[in-house]
Amino acid sequence: MAHQIKSPLPGTFYRKPSPEEAPFKSEGETVAKGDTIGLVEVMKTFHQLHADADGILTSFEIEDAEPVAPGQVIATLD
Amino acid sequence: MQKLLIANRGEIAVRVIRAARSLGLKTVQVHSSADADMLAVRLADEAVEIGPPHAAKSYLNAEAILEAARRTGADAIHPGYGFLSENAAFADRVAEAGLTFIGPNGDIIRLMGDKAAARQQAAKADVPTVPGSNGIVADMDDAARLAAEIGYPVMIKAAAGGGGRGIRIAENEERFRGHATQASTEAKAAFGDGGIYIEKVIARARHVEVQIMGDGTDAVHYWDRECSLQRRRQKVWEEGPSAALGDARREALCSSAVDLARSVSYKGAGTVEYLYDDESGEFYFIEMNTRIQVEHPVTEMITGVDLVAEMIRIAQGGKVRPGLSPRNGHAIEVRLNAEDPANDFMPFPGVVGRLEIPEMADVRFDHMLYEGYAIPPFYDSLLGKLVVRGDDRADALARMRTALAKLKIEGLATTKPLFEALLDAPDVQSNSVHTRWLESWLESHDLSKGRPVE
Repeated sequence: MAHQIKSPLPGTFYRKPSPEEAPFKSEGETVAKGDTIGLVEVMKTFHQLHADADGILTSFEIEDAEPVAPGQVIATLD
Repeated sequence: MQKLLIANRGEIAVRVIRAARSLGLKTVQVHSSADADMLAVRLADEAVEIGPPHAAKSYLNAEAILEAARRTGADAIHPGYGFLSENAAFADRVAEAGLTFIGPNGDIIRLMGDKAAARQQAAKADVPTVPGSNGIVADMDDAARLAAEIGYPVMIKAAAGGGGRGIRIAENEERFRGHATQASTEAKAAFGDGGIYIEKVIARARHVEVQIMGDGTDAVHYWDRECSLQRRRQKVWEEGPSAALGDARREALCSSAVDLARSVSYKGAGTVEYLYDDESGEFYFIEMNTRIQVEHPVTEMITGVDLVAEMIRIAQGGKVRPGLSPRNGHAIEVRLNAEDPANDFMPFPGVVGRLEIPEMADVRFDHMLYEGYAIPPFYDSLLGKLVVRGDDRADALARMRTALAKLKIEGLATTKPLFEALLDAPDVQSNSVHTRWLESWLESHDLSKGRPVE
């Protein structure tokens, strides 16, 4: 069953801890509940976004460094 | 100069539009796609969208801003604060495009933006500097030797940092070596420049700063401000003049800032920042900001000068007003941020509900708000600045209390409860504060009992 990870916050979504580093998670990777899958920048402060279920991350539904709205789907798990 | 483009957003864009209008200039407000509804867009004569929400693609996009100027026929650009305001390459490009940049030229921004070079310039102008490395430290062993000589704790700063970013404190040599290596790596990643320098930590320092204005030949000061109340190295409360300084120290401080400005033939508005050590009465240069600052209204309230209009006038070739600026009373400013003090200052982007702004003598609210406005989450959390003037500091504190009580921003969590609590703090009332006072005070004061959302 596909599971969607949603952002609770509005802001800018980032897949990497910093521009020079590798993404937290790649598509096809196994993730465990509690793993950090990205950051949301809200008013210049950064908040970690955690997986709320176990599974295989099949796709990111948002590009790196793109705006995100509360409730928007970030990634899909299988 | 006929038409001024404002390359910024939020409350400072509103402020610049008002100043431009007072000088009879037309205004062009650029904005990101997330800011189409902002107050400055509504107030400006023209508005141009320059890119997506992310600042790197809009407010930091020099190409798009210059294109907007060309398309609208703007002949001058005001950069506000933050964003491109202290970007020397941008100032150069504006000038190369045949437009007027409201601020110093690229060379002065470059010199003062390089903290190590600025420090050397200050020393050359006989402005006292904090004991530390003379410029960037290259070799770790030399750096550790110097740190021991200065005496721990020492501060490690990124040469290319700013606004409190890239600063670390080391208590001993082992920590120093670790922090210095890390600071250099991080600065390289964040700013593309891994240069670091080191400074003595002044244990209980006040942050004092001098407002200066130069016309490329002469420079004058508009007195000092004190901004010791900071959280995470961000100022939250500013006042002026500093109640900690006597007349003789104030004169020495303000003259040193003018000396520094004159030594670089400074043009435009600028702020020379210092640490002031209460115990020794010594002040030390820390950096110079080559832009208009958030807290400039403090100075405007006590001097009656419109600093933003003044910097535009100087960019048009005007001269500084000769002589010593008059100064009347004491002013205090607090920064109303969309942050929840009851929840560790969590950002609170939301929709502005009912808005009530105090209308009283000697009270001013510089802001970007209107009822129904949705605060975008993409930028800093500053909503506005409440500024009051009193005959003396006690009078200003009393007026701030009244003005804060009358200010209502419904629908959002704001930092208003923080300031209400601070007004009751005996140390604030007696001005017994230093730059690390607020953070330790916050640890022992629970602000979660207030009602943050009105």
